[in-house]
Amino acid sequence: MAKFATLTQDQTRSIKLLGLPLVYALLLLAVPLGAIVLFSFWTQDFMTVDTTFTTANYREIYDSPIYGLLLQRSLMVSGIVTAVTVLLAYPVAYFISFHVHPSKKSIWLFLITIPFWTSYLIRVFLWKVILGYNGVINSGLLQLGIIDEPLTFILYNVNAVIITLAHAFAPFAILPIFVVLEKIDRSLLEASQDLGESKFSTFLRVTLPLSMPGVVGAVLIVFIPTIGDYVTPELMGGAGGKLIANMIQTQFLQLNNAPLGAALAIVAMLCVTAISLIFVFLNRKYLRGRT
Amino acid sequence: MKLRVYAIAYLIFLYAPIILLPIFAFNDATIIAFPLSGFTTEWFAELTQNRALHAAVQNSLIIAVCTAVFATILGLCAARAGAMSDFPGKKGITGFIMLPLVLPEIIVAVALLVILRQVLGLSLGNWTIIMAHVLICTPFSIAILNGAFGALDPSMEEAALDLGESRWSAFRLVTLPLVMPGIISSMLISFTISLDEFIIAFFLTGSNPTMPVYIWGLLRFPKSLPVIMALGTILVALSVILLTIAEIFRRRGVRRAGGTDTGGFL
Repeated sequence: MAKFATLTQDQTRSIKLLGLPLVYALLLLAVPLGAIVLFSFWTQDFMTVDTTFTTANYREIYDSPIYGLLLQRSLMVSGIVTAVTVLLAYPVAYFISFHVHPSKKSIWLFLITIPFWTSYLIRVFLWKVILGYNGVINSGLLQLGIIDEPLTFILYNVNAVIITLAHAFAPFAILPIFVVLEKIDRSLLEASQDLGESKFSTFLRVTLPLSMPGVVGAVLIVFIPTIGDYVTPELMGGAGGKLIANMIQTQFLQLNNAPLGAALAIVAMLCVTAISLIFVFLNRKYLRGRT
Repeated sequence: MKLRVYAIAYLIFLYAPIILLPIFAFNDATIIAFPLSGFTTEWFAELTQNRALHAAVQNSLIIAVCTAVFATILGLCAARAGAMSDFPGKKGITGFIMLPLVLPEIIVAVALLVILRQVLGLSLGNWTIIMAHVLICTPFSIAILNGAFGALDPSMEEAALDLGESRWSAFRLVTLPLVMPGIISSMLISFTISLDEFIIAFFLTGSNPTMPVYIWGLLRFPKSLPVIMALGTILVALSVILLTIAEIFRRRGVRRAGGTDTGGFL
């Protein structure tokens, strides 16, 4: 009985402590998110907002081809960036988990996370210096005589946006995969090899399925935020590389049409959430199919 | 072995843009391109003259310090609660508080802009950015402090209670010193995130821009690019120093609490 009483006391304290950050998140996240949902059903009437309920914004998004095009391009860019980032990151996470001496692991992780924390704007801009007409790549290749004139397909288009975003989100992909790989019981791998599997088939049949939760985490943590980036497409994308986030930003800050911007933000979020859920579902099915 | 080569090539890819920064910061040419033309410290000298930049840096520093303190306080509450016993719905609440970690920043930015400007009719300023930055930094703070609290042996605080300390003084005298490295690490990380954050700050900045917003304005003028390179060099050096200190403290915290280091902030 006494034990039960102390437990509840501990629980109450835990609830009280969690209350402060919860109230903060409710006031600054839940309430504002609710507000943009509400706003998306209103319309901008010159300087004032008309608060009659209407789906006009959503109809406009559906009817004008520009929004659909931008959304499609955004989802494609986010998808490619996610695939590239996760595929490139997996071997690095694998290497750190399986081949680096335990005492050196945190140094490797530290080295990988450092570039992520350094001025994002300047990092994006530096990719312009690398990929530009007189950039590092072009002048290097010209001097080596590999090309005769500067390559133009690597700046001010979607390719440039993808390269830059894939670079920016690299650490995000490595960490979740690494954490899961670390938890894999090494004796399972030995068992598999003792039972006659080759190293490669052990990887395919044991390590990879066990690391899937980390891969899913990496996919989500790259895919969802990339949709909201307007800096990279603005600086690297040129005219043909603008994404949905640029449009949301324009609606809010330049065209002063917050309701339409809010509707665009919601549509973008819904698309990303839907795709993420489908991905998680397919992955569950894949893992269940194996056992 | 092949994997090691790949991992090192990957590191080079990660560092490629940053390595270019100091090269162009000291290059004696207004165009940011190869070949290099000579050595100069002119761009750094120009930094010291720029009043508008100084004001922006000062703004960003105020915002970053406030964010670091508030986000760490919230993180401390959540991580301490996380180390205590479960109650129904705890996972859901924690998940909700951690949500800004995966939410696109533009969503946070527009949502706050709508509520502050259109609904409440308030004017924007440093405090609006601080509020938003606390929101996005708290999950990072929780992640770091969870590591510090998770490795903690609860019997130490219980021992202090048994020996007659009050609950608050047991926390202050026993637990707090043990998690202090985690607190310092969390403050440094939050400070770094806030100092560098652009997407939200651009929406919520008032008449006085923060440093990234000011840099964004400069990026349009080719003439000012070398100065940005110089500024970037200083910023990168500063972040590396702060992060190194944060990492040292984080590791010390995990060790002091008796855990083994699993590495990484996330």
